[in-house]
Amino acid sequence: MRTIAIVKRVLREMLRDKRTLALMFIAPLFILSLMYFLFQNNSTSVAKIGVSNVDTSLVKALKNQHTDLASYGTHANAKTTIRQHNLAAFIHEEDGKLTVTYSNSQPSDTALVKQALQGGVTKLKVQALVAATKTQKRVLQQQAKVLKTVMAQQQKLQAAQGTTRGQTATVGNSTSPKAVPAYTVTSHYLYGNSDSTFFDTFLPVLLGFFVFFFVFLISGISLLNERTTGTLTRLLATPVRRGEIITGYLVGYGIFAVIQTIITVTFALTVFNVHMLGSVWIILLINFLLAMVALSMGIFISTFANSEFQMVQFIPLLIVPQVFFSGIITIATMPDWLQWLAHIFPLYYGGDALMNVATRGFGLGDVSGDLWILVLFAVVFTALNVVGLKRYRRV
Amino acid sequence: MAQPMIDVRDVAKRFGDNVVLKQINLHLPAGRVLGLIGPSGAGKTTLVKSILGMEKVDAGTTTVLGTQMPNRQIMQKIGYMAQSDALYETLTARENLRFFGELMGVKGPALAKSITHVAQVVNLTAMLDRRVSAYSGGMKRRLSLAIALIADPDLLILDEPTVGIDPELRQQIWAELRTLKQHGKAILVTTHVMDEAERCDELMLIREGIALAQGTPTQLKQEYAVDTIEQVFLKAGRLQDENHSDR
Repeated sequence: MRTIAIVKRVLREMLRDKRTLALMFIAPLFILSLMYFLFQNNSTSVAKIGVSNVDTSLVKALKNQHTDLASYGTHANAKTTIRQHNLAAFIHEEDGKLTVTYSNSQPSDTALVKQALQGGVTKLKVQALVAATKTQKRVLQQQAKVLKTVMAQQQKLQAAQGTTRGQTATVGNSTSPKAVPAYTVTSHYLYGNSDSTFFDTFLPVLLGFFVFFFVFLISGISLLNERTTGTLTRLLATPVRRGEIITGYLVGYGIFAVIQTIITVTFALTVFNVHMLGSVWIILLINFLLAMVALSMGIFISTFANSEFQMVQFIPLLIVPQVFFSGIITIATMPDWLQWLAHIFPLYYGGDALMNVATRGFGLGDVSGDLWILVLFAVVFTALNVVGLKRYRRV
Repeated sequence: MAQPMIDVRDVAKRFGDNVVLKQINLHLPAGRVLGLIGPSGAGKTTLVKSILGMEKVDAGTTTVLGTQMPNRQIMQKIGYMAQSDALYETLTARENLRFFGELMGVKGPALAKSITHVAQVVNLTAMLDRRVSAYSGGMKRRLSLAIALIADPDLLILDEPTVGIDPELRQQIWAELRTLKQHGKAILVTTHVMDEAERCDELMLIREGIALAQGTPTQLKQEYAVDTIEQVFLKAGRLQDENHSDR
């Protein structure tokens, strides 16, 4: 009964505060859209490469949709040319040795050049090998004519394999005069498609993060207001139970958190056409649990703040590190102590569960471990909150 | 004799090294108005909160309606008005009243009736559906008083109830308090307005956490051989300071 009164009051207050409502419901959509467009064009970047005295066959091999080549004189200086023409890299060949100078002001451009270089060199090697194999083929065919026995054929096969060291598949049917088969690669993607960007992969985690962040901020600050304006003390001068206050808050803000989650997830699924392997219901459930953790944590943290400003100071301390451990950066490759540290953050479990469900199609049973830990976080913080109110009233 | 509404025995309280209350004894029967007077920082609010069971006391006991505090159920029978207005500014006065009424356990038609009544008492009927953020300081004070009255409590504890309220309305509020008293309610009021002190049935002077004097206004004036409560207050304070310098 009293809990319902508190829930009604929280809802009413929230509905009156249009700005906060907008922040909770529209801000995540705005940021998501912004990120969507920011991370869209990752396949159109082109690295400018300057070449000097490089063999034409290699220059040809270097050309692809991500490179733009320009020739410079034999004695062009790498440093100055890069600066003058804003190049990503400068390649100079002398006595068959390649010297590459990277500008490296854009690591992504450097990666493109490295890729092109590696691809180009491999392409040349393969061409050379194919040529070599063809010559060998001719020799072997001559031998075959001489030794027309089955045994000889086998020996010849072994010899062919030995010399080519398994480089190409053409060796196996060396007796046939067929040309090198052109490989066609068919790719299959478990999650997303060939157009998948950073955004698509991390969207599930981002969803969880936004829910966590906004619920934490709003619930923390509203309880802080209740402390600083004295209404919390006033509340506790009525026969209300401490648990009823906390429950009222959890339910009241929980309703907004659910609405926020539904809006954000629906927006991501329909507008961005993001495809999820697992069930949307599990995604919603995980987000709801994250909201509950954020809610109880926000209320708890507000105990340690004396003003809204101090509450905001907790964001770099408690919220930003969670982003690092939410799965956006691969946790498995972190140093051991960081991996251990990751385990104290709720978003680590939330992010893990969201990624697994969205990109690997895990079911409820597969992520139940993460979910239970989130429930545990929420329960512990809620209990701490109920005990913490003893500060205001002894019973 | 009837059961006392408030019975405070040997209550002491300190915050760190700062002694706020020393051996306070207070007794309030039904149908009486007790005024707690003293300068700010004297420990009035701490005493009030100890009586409500919201502040932990270091020694002594506080009993309200025969039950030792803290006790959650008893709070239903206490109407409390805090020193600072604790109101939800984005809600209307009616919504504030309804919310606190519900928390105090008043339900349905009784609540609606009670809202109408208390609004009348504090003269806010016309402004009930306005948001509290649009209220003046005095209006907020009146709304806080209305909230204290919402559950028709047996005991009223009012911490500085008439700060920022104009003289005319102050008269009305005191008239209402007298009516409540005649209906057998006990009222504990803290104040530092001396003419209000004269209206109390009984007074208790607190200074530096010590109860300096206790009695009816007339008794106190006789005891200190002065004409006004204000003079009683000043004289008692001087005597306390002299005692201190003796030690």
